[in-house]
Amino acid sequence: MSGLDLPGDLGLWSVLLAVIGGAIRVSTPFLFVSLGETITERSGRINLGLEGTLVFGAMSAYATAVLTGSAWAGVAVAGLAGGLFGLLHGWICRLPRVNDVALGIALMLFGSGLAFFFGKAFIQPSAPQLPAIPFGNWSDLAQVRAALQINVLFLIGAALSVFLWWALRNTRIGLVVRIVGDSTDAARAMGYDVDRVRLLATGAGGVLAGIGGAYLSLYYPGSWNEGISSGQGLMAVALVVFARWNPLACFGAALLFGGAGALGPALQSVGVSQGYYLFYAAPYVLTLGVLIATSSPNHALAGAPGELGQAK
Amino acid sequence: MVADTATTDAASADSAVAAPRAPAGLQLRAWAARRAEAAVIPLGALALGLGLFSLFLASLGKSPAAFLDLVYRGGFGSSFALQNSLQRAAPLLFAALCVALPARLGLVVIGGEGAIVLGGLAAAAVATPLSGAPGGLGIALMALAALLTGALWLGAVGALRAWRGVNETIASLLMSYIAIALANHLIEGWLRDPASLNKPSTRTLDEAFRVGPLPGLEVHWGLAVGLVACLLAWVLTERTTLGFAARIAGGNVRAAQIQGLPVGRLITGFTALGGALAALAGFFEVAAVHGNANGSLVAGYGYTGILIAFLARQNPLAIPPVAFLLGGIEASSGLIQRRLHVPDATILVLEGLLFLLVLMGETLYGRFKVFSPHLWGDKQAAAGLKPSGAPAP
Repeated sequence: MSGLDLPGDLGLWSVLLAVIGGAIRVSTPFLFVSLGETITERSGRINLGLEGTLVFGAMSAYATAVLTGSAWAGVAVAGLAGGLFGLLHGWICRLPRVNDVALGIALMLFGSGLAFFFGKAFIQPSAPQLPAIPFGNWSDLAQVRAALQINVLFLIGAALSVFLWWALRNTRIGLVVRIVGDSTDAARAMGYDVDRVRLLATGAGGVLAGIGGAYLSLYYPGSWNEGISSGQGLMAVALVVFARWNPLACFGAALLFGGAGALGPALQSVGVSQGYYLFYAAPYVLTLGVLIATSSPNHALAGAPGELGQAK
Repeated sequence: MVADTATTDAASADSAVAAPRAPAGLQLRAWAARRAEAAVIPLGALALGLGLFSLFLASLGKSPAAFLDLVYRGGFGSSFALQNSLQRAAPLLFAALCVALPARLGLVVIGGEGAIVLGGLAAAAVATPLSGAPGGLGIALMALAALLTGALWLGAVGALRAWRGVNETIASLLMSYIAIALANHLIEGWLRDPASLNKPSTRTLDEAFRVGPLPGLEVHWGLAVGLVACLLAWVLTERTTLGFAARIAGGNVRAAQIQGLPVGRLITGFTALGGALAALAGFFEVAAVHGNANGSLVAGYGYTGILIAFLARQNPLAIPPVAFLLGGIEASSGLIQRRLHVPDATILVLEGLLFLLVLMGETLYGRFKVFSPHLWGDKQAAAGLKPSGAPAP
């Protein structure tokens, strides 16, 4: 096979491989939600409700895939449902004196509640899964092959982060979103409808979060249950601050968080069962640490949309 | 008992209309009009939410009338149901205060669930080495352990907000997930009672350490303590300089700093107090309900508490009636599941819908002339209006 000289019993190497493979596997929902939230926050609004959107996306994708037999139909429905949640957030937020943070919490509860309500019937049946491309066939090590089994949605997400990075800088739409996010007054003076841009940006964010949910239920972990997300949508929102509202940085940050999320299962797979719950908490601790490290008490963060501080 | 702040408000608004035209009466009328607005808009949102939810049920072929009947019977219709609702309302009082107190400073703290779980765990952990001590001492130390744990846990979130600018909403929810993971780890590890086989839990408390029911009721003392806490929280926020300072800091941080107010310490103090109170709910769950700390501590009280605080518009005195209402709705959940054959998440859907509508209601404040204090009390403003044109509320 290769120049890698691995002993028969891989030991720690297999943990590392599992974490790398896990980072690729686990990061996709983080990536989609954080890209969606980047679009929303760049327009000057914060949507904390993406956690609920993620859960509802996971449920609706799974249910659609079970009923139609097509995983891609599930992805489409999840994106559509996510978009509706985003539009709902954007529409309510344009009412005067409605707090976008509190509204996000309400949508988090509402989205999860609806998903649990309609998802009850779909916990048992199994749905067709999204396809993955085996990039590891050159190796005869099972661990390497497993780690490089890469899902199509991950590749789409990676391409999307490059595209969004380019589009926010170089396209007219990207410019309008940034103007609205940086200064409501400037945008109004230029004749843009601020509320409409934010409505659409929140809707677009919802679409991506819904697709992230589809990945959860249709690929990894690949089933539907009520604990499927447990805060991943919220961590992805925190990750946007860490990534400084830059889609390319979102990609790197999502991989980092995916790796942290994969640590627990990877250690468990080699028989480390002590402290399982603590490893399970690793992504939350990492998110909190990153939040503390990247926040600043006195001045706005570099790259932060100007209107966001007022929205918080 | 305390369930009727809203109707009291409405009643006082009526009596205020009939009051003599003395200046005091006018002031009372102006006050009542403003208060009536704070009661009528959330109640309207509540009614609209129930209406929309009825449509939701009807579209699924379930009878809304049967649903309402089951909520009444399961939550309020009998002595047993009422006691059950009050029992559930007890932790909700603390959980809602955990949101309402930091809200004075303009903070949205949603990590009450974690403080509840860790509070309960701390109480149970302290009880084990104290085994055999006098009951009163044991209970006091358990409560103290819970209070301190909760204060440190959420006070840390406040301190991070104050001195590092960390978003308290996200941080508190992350802390909540961490708290639950930590509690699971300890309950299945160090603190596990080897005798608990199927359901991992800590050692069962000494009988002397159990908190009993209120005299003449089956509801535990947590309810009474929670009501007193709501009252004290109201005094703190409305009648003390500390509460006033917090409100100024919540309105405009820069102005408060220029005034020389210790904004950082206020933020840390109020979040710590909220955390301590939420943890007290965990203490009562362990000492009065479960008898040990186990997975049942993660019951979602923290999340319902968020909804209650927003329904009560962060007013500590409005929390008890709202908590009683939602305690009753949640108490009827089991009955509704069995009779209507719907998933347990039905109540979650209703709660999420109510939450959305209550927030949308925020936009209506000040839109209705009926509630304008000027119309009812302020003579100078009233002079500009037709004297006979004042409609009844």
